[in-house]
Amino acid sequence: MAGSYRISGQGRLTPAKTARFTFDGKAMTGLSGDTVASALLANGVHLVGRSFKYHRPRGILSAGAEEPNALVTVERDAARKTPNVRATVQELYDGLTVNSQNRWPSLSFDVGAVNDLASPMFSAGFYYKTFMWPKAAWHKFYEPNIRAAAGLGVAPDQPDPDHYSARYAHCEVLVLGGGAAGLAAALAAAETGVRVIICDEQADFGGALRYEKGAVIDGQDGWSWAQATVAKLAAMDNVTVLSRTTAFGYYAQNFVGLVERVTDHLARPGRDEPRERLWQVRARRVVIATGAIERHMVFANNDRPGVMLASAARTFLNHYGVVVGKQVGVYTANDSAYAAAIDLKKAGVGIAAIVDLRDNPTGPLVDEARALAIEVNHGRAVTSANGSQRIKSMTVQAKGGGAERTIAVDALLMSAGWTPSVHMFSQSRGKVAFDDATKRFLPGTYAQDCVSVGACNGSDSLEDSVAQALEAGANAARDAGAKVSKGTALKVEASEGWTGGMLGSGPGAGAGTTVKAFVDFQNEVTAKDIRQAVHEGMRSIEHVKRFTTNGMATDQGKTSNMHGLAIAAEALGKDIPQVGLTTFRAPYTPVTFGAIVNHARHGLFDPTRKTPTHSWAESHGAVFEDVGQWKRAWYFPRSGEDMHAAVDRECVTVRKAAGLFDASTLGKIEVVGPDAAKFMELLYTNPWEKLEVGRCRYGIMLREDGFIYDDGVVGRLAADRFHVTTTTGGAARVMNHMEDYLQTEFPNLDVWLTSVSEQWAVIAVQGPNSRDIIAPLVEGIDMSDEAMPHMSVREGRICGVPTRLFRMSFTGDRGFEVNVPADYGRAVWEALWAEGQKHGACAYGTEAMHVLRAEKGYIIVGQDTDGTVTPNDAGLDWAVGKKKTDFVGIRGLTRPDLVAKGRKQLVGLRTKDPRTVLEEGAQIVENPKQAIPMKMIGHVTSSYWSANCDRSIAMGLVLGGRDRIGETLYVPMPDGVIEVEVTGTVFFDEKGDRLNG
Amino acid sequence: MLLIHCPYCDEERPELEFRNAGEAHIARSNNIAAESDEDFEKFFFIRSNPKGVIFERWRHIHGCARFFNAARDTITDRFLLTYKAGEPKPDLTKLAADAGPAAWANRPPDQLNEKPKAKRPTKGEA
Repeated sequence: MAGSYRISGQGRLTPAKTARFTFDGKAMTGLSGDTVASALLANGVHLVGRSFKYHRPRGILSAGAEEPNALVTVERDAARKTPNVRATVQELYDGLTVNSQNRWPSLSFDVGAVNDLASPMFSAGFYYKTFMWPKAAWHKFYEPNIRAAAGLGVAPDQPDPDHYSARYAHCEVLVLGGGAAGLAAALAAAETGVRVIICDEQADFGGALRYEKGAVIDGQDGWSWAQATVAKLAAMDNVTVLSRTTAFGYYAQNFVGLVERVTDHLARPGRDEPRERLWQVRARRVVIATGAIERHMVFANNDRPGVMLASAARTFLNHYGVVVGKQVGVYTANDSAYAAAIDLKKAGVGIAAIVDLRDNPTGPLVDEARALAIEVNHGRAVTSANGSQRIKSMTVQAKGGGAERTIAVDALLMSAGWTPSVHMFSQSRGKVAFDDATKRFLPGTYAQDCVSVGACNGSDSLEDSVAQALEAGANAARDAGAKVSKGTALKVEASEGWTGGMLGSGPGAGAGTTVKAFVDFQNEVTAKDIRQAVHEGMRSIEHVKRFTTNGMATDQGKTSNMHGLAIAAEALGKDIPQVGLTTFRAPYTPVTFGAIVNHARHGLFDPTRKTPTHSWAESHGAVFEDVGQWKRAWYFPRSGEDMHAAVDRECVTVRKAAGLFDASTLGKIEVVGPDAAKFMELLYTNPWEKLEVGRCRYGIMLREDGFIYDDGVVGRLAADRFHVTTTTGGAARVMNHMEDYLQTEFPNLDVWLTSVSEQWAVIAVQGPNSRDIIAPLVEGIDMSDEAMPHMSVREGRICGVPTRLFRMSFTGDRGFEVNVPADYGRAVWEALWAEGQKHGACAYGTEAMHVLRAEKGYIIVGQDTDGTVTPNDAGLDWAVGKKKTDFVGIRGLTRPDLVAKGRKQLVGLRTKDPRTVLEEGAQIVENPKQAIPMKMIGHVTSSYWSANCDRSIAMGLVLGGRDRIGETLYVPMPDGVIEVEVTGTVFFDEKGDRLNG
Repeated sequence: MLLIHCPYCDEERPELEFRNAGEAHIARSNNIAAESDEDFEKFFFIRSNPKGVIFERWRHIHGCARFFNAARDTITDRFLLTYKAGEPKPDLTKLAADAGPAAWANRPPDQLNEKPKAKRPTKGEA
């Protein structure tokens, strides 16, 4: 027998199929089909963890997804340690390793339990009050110690080696929940032929039929009917049956997130199997059949191991064949706990007594209990569970007080009634309504195309649930377009059912008491805490929730919400619907990051873009940098060179001889059409109508607010055709910006926009020898200075392939940019490289490109500008067409703040010590001796060591900068103040002769 | 994820294919350079940000790439209508009446159990 508390002849597991596991290192045996919880209970283990705040011993409360207490760590190997797994959900497999959490040095002796004695310090809102003084102690003392002492399991410290998969699915009818109602709804919908998906969080379908022994449907006992129905559904082509699958989020327009646990229950998962599968389902209709969750009773020490929900004890017995004790007490406010007591009694377990809060309970279950000679105490309450690591006895008292009686028990079953699971309905933004007769929230007004059936809709009997579900399933299918109607019928021949119960604290835990009567087990909120929150001024249930953290733990208050609400309502002297219910949010139960992140990690997190010469650069030792999604060659170190040496050499070589640079990442847009020039006039500050065909111009694009948005060189290829370049990072947004204006503001213009960024490879050849390198390879283009001056563009052929050859420069030296179709990019690069070798050229990367442009004071949008810089601020007023009457940003430029004096302007910064290189982003001040916080008048935007200037160079945005030229300013740094002189922005070849040299 | 009907493709497609482009029916002046500071402020900075129906622009950026307009309820995220750029603003009262019940989120607790009104109250009609 796998465990001494396993009863032969009870439950549905096969005794021969044993599975070994360890709990805190101790070897135990369970059965295949067990959960960790049922296997531990079979071995007589109730104490499975320590609580979050007070480190109180905790046991197993439930047998399902609502479990707040029994959180354990499951370990497969060093990298696969999953904390905070609910023992009631994790299925047992042979070789499973389970450890308890939040205890040191051991589960039975835990130092942190001193918190329980100090509990007055940790009452509601203690975060906000207790640790406020002295202020400095928070970081040094309180926070680290609280963090170390509190908390749940330990997060794994290695990367997750598992993989996860994702699927999108569409169906006419999605059924959430596979109990009797869900199965009936799925059956009725499926028989019409429409696509149906049904999911359930458990390994087996059946829901409450798992423990309800009294149900008979279509001549079979309930559980057998459920299994036969699932088999029938699974065999249908139009039905997808998903077990171990939790619907965790209900989003807009019937978009429901499901997570399927594929391998967590397997001893040896296949290597190709994903651990979990995320389903994103779009359904025409959703049937919500999520059942109800039993509530605990709120009384002193109701968290002692051995105290559990009545339905849980019944599940452990009827499904797993495990008894939760030998002498069991029962404390209830409704009939359902009687059924548990009766089942246990019939299985040979001693029932010490049923304590029923109701004054005069009647009915067949009460009669049957009495007939089985179970002592029934009505009008009485359990006022305390006694014992520490396991309940030893319960204290019983008449409701109104009086003599106490102590009854020895080793387990205590409780039931305060059932809370319909309206989570999914509420997540769908449906509006719940309070049913005053039964004191519960039920689905009220629907916001989406869904319907609730069964216990989650307030149905108390199996007959009603099945009838509702059959109708809802058929209607959902019909509304979603089913052509046939089948009239599926089911005969419920016997069933169980009960109603009623109580909300809030029981006797002995009412107003004025200070006992630990837990409402929320996981976050350790007691009835007293909730009253205290109201006493301290919280009026809204949302405030009470946040102040006490009631319902905010990982179980999201499945057992606690209604009790908390009732206690708050009582303290406020209001009715429950007036206090309102807090919002249910996704996820219904915790979802792993792995399932959400899914494939989107490592190389699949974001696309990687590579230029046509990427492989050449790699083989020539380039170091790459990430620029957005692009990999760009940063510098090309030769053997023995560090970055500094390589960049210096590249910068000097370009100016002395020539350099090749891959500029393919530049955004490129072709603007074509009869109104192309008109469109360019509107989108850029510059004049375009008079630009001759074959010439280029540096263009500035503004936003409507007048600030620089992008820049780039534009070539006019024909009267109706412009080749526009954008910054690398701006390519997509500039295209969007242009399309926006073309489609919505200037739709009268006859213009076509085409992104050609990926179609053209761009090879910049810069430096005095650049023409000599290119010319031998070019056909049909006269490259002489007279025929092709600076800022011109020609079409022709290079190496036999078409080219758009720009004469332009981002270095200040004579330069060209060779555009060729991307597929020829590498071949043309290699041909140019071979020519370049004859002329002393090098390949250079983005770092040298940055230095070379900074030597000339050429700006980089996004580095020297930040979205608050006008053309005038950047010293680019010359690029704004003064005679133009309209362009995007023209009005913004005349806003009062943009024309006011004292704006930040881009200037050059020369350090007094030429060897000192400023830090980009460093702040600039007028007087370094002023008191902190100093008045900052600007910051460094670009700063480099320039080998060509043999000194450091920098640019910065400085308040009234151009009027300060010649002034000395200061850059305070942690290790001293750096003196800088304000200068113009051109550091090299100020006259610009080299452009033609 | 929302489903959005592109009026150009005449197809309902997932939100991933679209990008929001801000409030709709804000026209750029044909003589913008001469606009007063107040008018430019209204045009460029002021947005209605209603709790209720908003008219906004969307772009089917990973589809036909067209900009179009939509009326969407900011409380429920429900799209009441999408229509082509350049078409007139639809009648809000009629749209709201056809839209069905609003979601209950953000309602004060004492109104939680009120029966839904035939017409939803909408703020910020702009």
